[in-house]
Amino acid sequence: MIRVSPRSSGRVRPSGSGLEVAVWYVMRLTGVGLFVLALAHFSILHFVFDPAEQTAEFIATQRWNQLIWRALDWLLLMMVLFHGFLGMRIVVVDYVRGGTARLLTLSFLYMLAVLLFVLGTVVIVTLPMPGSAR
Amino acid sequence: MPSAPALLQRFPRLASGGDAHREVLMNVLRYRGREGMVAWAFHRISGVGIFLFVVLHVIDIYLVGGDPRAYNELLAFYASVPGRFLEVLLGAALLYHALNGMRIIIIDLWPTMTAYHRQIWWASWVIFVAVGVPGAAIILRPIWLPILRGIGVA
Repeated sequence: MIRVSPRSSGRVRPSGSGLEVAVWYVMRLTGVGLFVLALAHFSILHFVFDPAEQTAEFIATQRWNQLIWRALDWLLLMMVLFHGFLGMRIVVVDYVRGGTARLLTLSFLYMLAVLLFVLGTVVIVTLPMPGSAR
Repeated sequence: MPSAPALLQRFPRLASGGDAHREVLMNVLRYRGREGMVAWAFHRISGVGIFLFVVLHVIDIYLVGGDPRAYNELLAFYASVPGRFLEVLLGAALLYHALNGMRIIIIDLWPTMTAYHRQIWWASWVIFVAVGVPGAAIILRPIWLPILRGIGVA
């Protein structure tokens, strides 16, 4: 069971200097990054633009027509994958008790993370950028 | 808070169910979750919800290159009335998780802030409402604007 601080309600920082401490810091660093990137992403696509205008053509010609937007969205993807999957790992370790069941669930989780990394990276890198000098 | 024997007297049938029952009952009665416990439960629920959407969202954005027509169909659902209510729910989960996450980080990095953990928790709800209500209104605009126009207000 993950020990939770009764005050901050975050995880108690693991003692020692191993992998778990690194994970604890990664959750907080990506958390700060996502505070900016994820909220900005949601705001741009719901308040600046509206879902009604977001066709595949809109993504190619407006949303991702500059390298900076693709780079920022790829950075968001990386942060959300680390934060999301390390977070889900904590949930799985909390609720899936059996050794085999936990191993299978975590294996599925990590394979899903790799799949999402590949899908997201492929579309950001390969989607043609109309009007660019490429 | 009442003493343990007094609490047990309120639940005579459970209390007479043997030591195991007694222990479970005592744990339930003793457990008094307050702000920190609610914050933790909401953080976990919103986190899992956002995670599930991220899985869907990475797959749907892949379709922009892989199958643009399927992407357009899905985005038409996002723009529909039920889709917009789900987006408000997603935005609420995102905003809560972001604000509570900052609260966790603040208290983790500056333990002296622990003295104000309850105030920070309520401040995060003030921000949640102040940002969330206008945000929800913008997302739901295609739903309420025609109604206002219909009755001649807008």
